[in-house]
Amino acid sequence: MELTGAEIVCESLIKEGVDVLFGLPGGAVLPFYGALSKYSQLRHILVRHEQAAVMAADGYARVTGKVGVCCATSGPGATNLVTGIAGAQMDSVPIVVITGQVPRPAIGRDAFQETDVTGITSPVTKHNILVMDVRDLPRAIKEAFHIARTGRPGPVLVDIPKDILFGEKIEFEWPDDINLPGYNPPGAADEDQISRAAGLINNAKRPIVLAGHGVVISHAFAELQEFVEKAQIPVVTTLLGISSFAPDHLLHVGMPGMHGLAYASLALDQSDLVISLGARFDDRVTGRLSAFAPQAKTIHFDIDPSEFNKNVRANVAVLGDLKLSLQALTPQINREVHVEWLNTIENLKSEHPSLKIRESDELLPQYVLQQLSEVTRGESVVVTGVGQHQMWAAQHYRFKEPNTWLTSGGLGAMGFEVPAALGAKVGRPDKTVWSIAGDGGFQMTMCDLATAVESQIDVKFAILNNGVLGMVHQWQEFFYDKDFFATEYSGNPDFVKIAEAYGIKGIRVTDKAQVVGAIREAMETPGPVLLDFIVKPDEPVYPMIPAGESVNEMMEEPITERVS
Amino acid sequence: MGKNVNYHTITALVEDKPGVLARVAGLFRRRGFNIASLAVGQSEQPGLSRMVFVVDGDQYTVDQATKQLDKLIEIVRVSDITHEEMVSRELAMIKVRTTSSTRAEIIEVVQLFRANVVDVGSQTLVIEVTGEEEKINALINLLEPFGILEMMRTGRVAMVRGQADGRVSDSIGIDFYGDYGKELEMSAPGSYEGV
Repeated sequence: MELTGAEIVCESLIKEGVDVLFGLPGGAVLPFYGALSKYSQLRHILVRHEQAAVMAADGYARVTGKVGVCCATSGPGATNLVTGIAGAQMDSVPIVVITGQVPRPAIGRDAFQETDVTGITSPVTKHNILVMDVRDLPRAIKEAFHIARTGRPGPVLVDIPKDILFGEKIEFEWPDDINLPGYNPPGAADEDQISRAAGLINNAKRPIVLAGHGVVISHAFAELQEFVEKAQIPVVTTLLGISSFAPDHLLHVGMPGMHGLAYASLALDQSDLVISLGARFDDRVTGRLSAFAPQAKTIHFDIDPSEFNKNVRANVAVLGDLKLSLQALTPQINREVHVEWLNTIENLKSEHPSLKIRESDELLPQYVLQQLSEVTRGESVVVTGVGQHQMWAAQHYRFKEPNTWLTSGGLGAMGFEVPAALGAKVGRPDKTVWSIAGDGGFQMTMCDLATAVESQIDVKFAILNNGVLGMVHQWQEFFYDKDFFATEYSGNPDFVKIAEAYGIKGIRVTDKAQVVGAIREAMETPGPVLLDFIVKPDEPVYPMIPAGESVNEMMEEPITERVS
Repeated sequence: MGKNVNYHTITALVEDKPGVLARVAGLFRRRGFNIASLAVGQSEQPGLSRMVFVVDGDQYTVDQATKQLDKLIEIVRVSDITHEEMVSRELAMIKVRTTSSTRAEIIEVVQLFRANVVDVGSQTLVIEVTGEEEKINALINLLEPFGILEMMRTGRVAMVRGQADGRVSDSIGIDFYGDYGKELEMSAPGSYEGV
């Protein structure tokens, strides 16, 4: 049967196993929507801003491990996607973005709602393609999904001119093969590299694992646990690696870095071998590179060879899928106990109790997150934006299940929390999904509360409302002579009324004593609920290693205020 | 260019598709790599072109540049042939100011360099010269006093020399792992300020 380009896109999405996509229509993409309405297998979730479509696809992809899909129209529709695409690129999230483009004869004429979308997104996609012949459509989509999900995952954008969507009809033929001679993602690692790595590990006295997002992407949770248990190697996790290893495990140390736990940063600093598993030595982890883990050799496991020696020089680099690499590595590792080293770390934990929250009558933001972790028993999916609330959530939420922590890591995009939580809930309807926001970030994407209502997506929204852009405010306090310029939000709306205006239950929490009850009430209420926690303003996130500094310059919470 | 150790020769076999050159140029720009020269043309395989880059940078920069290039989907194969036995050539066209009194002298220089005069005007000569960069630089130096009105250089094209095994430039590839344990000149790491 002959199909239009729009129908071919729908058929191709079904071939790729897609059942949901997030989007917002407009002129150039409208023929696609015309076809989409006839494909009931493809659930379309209508958003209020294209940024929500791409971030929801991102959240969906992270929790399911499948490719997330979003679509938008040409021009402003597509440019509104750019932030979300850049985030997916930085955090290696597989998404396919479909954009409408002006008809082929109009391309290059500054037509209404024309932008060079493949040009704009080239630096922030793994790959993109402008389809100029309807016969190329099935292959373009098949290859887009293949590129997005294999190797180091990432966003792929397919830009389709309007006249291709509803012009010539052709016979739909789904290609059997992939024809990408320049794309050969690595599989299993080289045996030599594995045995070199094993040699270093077997000779190390103070080894430490730095577990990154690669553990999550590769679903190497069991392999990681088996590996570290065999040789009793402690584990620190990057921001995106947080739910890769159980926090109640004896070998779990926590997140190091700029706002990492002091003992995790110190353990990394004192180690003699850093075993990086799918992490990329971001400056938020390493601080000043010349002072990073100065006594340590480095083994770098990655699926992307351009990460080797990019920031930190590897003594051994292991290229391949992490799950396979760990399966090959563990049998070559000696059983060890590392008693002295583990004792050292236990001492660091008791000398630097970074997770202790001081006694206070005020509603401390970190207390809210600690209680959220308790009440939900660490079993929720937690999605955050960027800033102080993100760091406190990273520190205090104790994730029971792998891959239940979603945050905008590399790009650090405020506003991620609301749409990504919507996508996460669509992907994991069995889980309670919490969107944790600050009052700043929440206002960037709160228009998509309407999406939660309209598409009946049961997300619990928590705002840690301190009336400031908290993290920026903290930098102003520490590094800019307390010149609190442009960070105080005196015109914030009443978020409970905002919730009510959308038809969502809203609860304001101003007192410590109300925290647990409010969280319980949100969990027990079917449908979206918004909790507006009016937390203590001017509360800095500790510890803090200033940008470009080392662990020696770490600032911890003044000890006198802490109770044990 | 010449023998400066910081210049590296990289060849890439690329799919002949729209936008490939823009992708490559964009990658070099956003990663802060400097291209000293770039030459593109058909390869021996239909649908594939070959690019030759001369990249200005230390070993760290060149390693990153080649690995990042290799990640572009349309780039089929990247090879750093800097340290291989290779032949390289560049073509230049040079328009020189002439008068009746200097023309003979210029033509003599051209002949010494086995270059060609490809256009003779009443006040100019256009000279075509092919060779390694040093030879072209030397010719330019000699022609400069006469007055160079216009010049166009193609950039380096290069190929590894043949051996008994019939290897080609593409079989050199790039080193994904780097040299373990060897201290290497590194420009970016350790030197950038906090962000």
